[in-house]
Amino acid sequence: MGETRANPAPADSGTINSDGQSLLSLQVAAFFASPAATLATVVLTLIIVGATLAPLIAPQHPYDLAQLDIMNGMLAPGARDGDNRLLLLGTDEQGRDILSAILFGLRTSLLVGVVSTGVACLAGSAIGILAAYFGGRIDALTMRIVDLQLSVPSILVALVLLAAFGRGVDKVILALIIVQWAYYARAARGAALVERNKEYIEAARSLELSNLQIMFTHLLPNALPPLIVIATAQIAHAIALEATLSFLGAGVPVTEPSLGMLIASGYNYLLSGQYWVSTYPGIALVIAVGAINLMGDRLRDVLNPRLAN
Amino acid sequence: MFAYIIRRVAQSVFVLFSIALLVFLAIYAIGDPVITLAPQDATTAELEATARRLGMDRPLYQQFFIFLSNAAQGDFGRSFVYGEPALNVVLSRLPATLELALFAAFLAVVIGVPLGMYAGLKPDSAGGKSIMLGSILGFSLPSFWQGLMLILLFAVVLRWLPAGGRGDVGSIWGLQSSFFTFDGISHLLLPALNMALFKVALIIRVARAATRETIGQDFMLFARAKGLPPTRLVGVHLLKNILIPVVTVLGLELGSLIAFAIVTESVFAYPGMGKLLVDSIGQLDRPVIVAYLMATVLMFVVINLIVDLLYAALDPRIRLSGGEA
Repeated sequence: MGETRANPAPADSGTINSDGQSLLSLQVAAFFASPAATLATVVLTLIIVGATLAPLIAPQHPYDLAQLDIMNGMLAPGARDGDNRLLLLGTDEQGRDILSAILFGLRTSLLVGVVSTGVACLAGSAIGILAAYFGGRIDALTMRIVDLQLSVPSILVALVLLAAFGRGVDKVILALIIVQWAYYARAARGAALVERNKEYIEAARSLELSNLQIMFTHLLPNALPPLIVIATAQIAHAIALEATLSFLGAGVPVTEPSLGMLIASGYNYLLSGQYWVSTYPGIALVIAVGAINLMGDRLRDVLNPRLAN
Repeated sequence: MFAYIIRRVAQSVFVLFSIALLVFLAIYAIGDPVITLAPQDATTAELEATARRLGMDRPLYQQFFIFLSNAAQGDFGRSFVYGEPALNVVLSRLPATLELALFAAFLAVVIGVPLGMYAGLKPDSAGGKSIMLGSILGFSLPSFWQGLMLILLFAVVLRWLPAGGRGDVGSIWGLQSSFFTFDGISHLLLPALNMALFKVALIIRVARAATRETIGQDFMLFARAKGLPPTRLVGVHLLKNILIPVVTVLGLELGSLIAFAIVTESVFAYPGMGKLLVDSIGQLDRPVIVAYLMATVLMFVVINLIVDLLYAALDPRIRLSGGEA
């Protein structure tokens, strides 16, 4: 991978190595050489498909109050409801099918995780690269703000922001963007500082390309691998954070599906041994977050060969 | 060194000032306390009188400086819920949270260091690999759900430990703590374990990396060549050297442990500062929220300052490069 860094080509993916295989295909092969990463990819794909198709495949629309029957409340896993339908994972106190609620909850989790991470990654990286490129006071001020933000734990910042904003999926996403941008700003700045002095940037400068063009079409693609690794870990982090905030009653409003709130609603029943409302949504959450983390771990090894050994 | 201390302290004051400004603005954005505090049928004149009494009729920057000077004297107003000064309410919960955080840090080291050492000594063994895989899963377990599962297992199914609350507080030499009673420790065990597991994964990684780095070094080879038994090699020479990075990481994580107590305390109904914050947000008890934030940030800043100053004292390179920049 070292040779691509010194290459003035803007993107990694099109580069051909001596064996005639593209770097991208080598990296993909290396990624799937790990059984754990392969399994995680399969699991995550299933989760994404299940969550996306939830309105079609779920036995019930769990947040449509017309479909809920309080007579079906707190039925154990494997029981049958009034219409003799099998309830694989049981129901909650409002008669909501847990399996359906999990599928709908995962939609919110994935939406919040992907959108907040995506926006934070774009905004944070742009800020970091601009800071590195201009240097001096702009750089110093930006990094002060980044240090300030990273010195306060994310759960605290998110909780206080949501106390100020109020509850809502859009507000959770906004809070998570504010919590996350600083990680990307720092990583992008670090990577950009390393790349800035390399020959291909000098070459681009001597071609009299504009600053913006150099930064975003030449520098950014080469600073990308560490950002991808951070973004993967941050999606998992954002999903867990959304569930935690909703569990604490500060995240998604009660009318929207959320795994965190589902788990919170089972809290009182847990103590009397009715475990399923809190347990199964949590397992779904752990599997989703774990699969993303495993993929992120493998990505780090593949994209950064220096760390592999 | 002196120049470095001044520079570093000034930086901490800047951080505190910025956080105070942000907290002030955020609280200002939440809503108008005049409307909350005045009677519902108040006339415009009465509202204006209340605003004047609270200093809310002054320009924003003046209000901020009044807020700052009050905060510097520990005055954040009275809690709407408890009727006591907000800072006292927060500080009365501090011992419970500190006990929890320290116990959790202790458990994290006791569990994490041996596992990390093993994974570092035998990186290719099945045990070492499963420890590393387990540590990734450890990062993936959301703390609140993990707490519920601990309650389910140890309090509901096995009935070994209480499900929540804080136990009896004992007193030794005038020092009050739950560590001194059996009931207190049994109540601490589950929440502390919950918080510790969150950090164990991190400690394992640090201990493993430090182990792998240390075993290749000359003094370890020499100690082995000298014929020291493996137990002494690992238990003394290796352990001593990996404890430095472990303690450093743990010191830096102490702040985040206190912040993440928010989640664990809520799950275990443990009456610490974190649960107070969540309750206060639910009840819109603004003075307590502000007092909690400022007290916690002050703690973070002081911890970071101490760690940095200790580093500078131990490693001259840091204070020298810091002085030039």
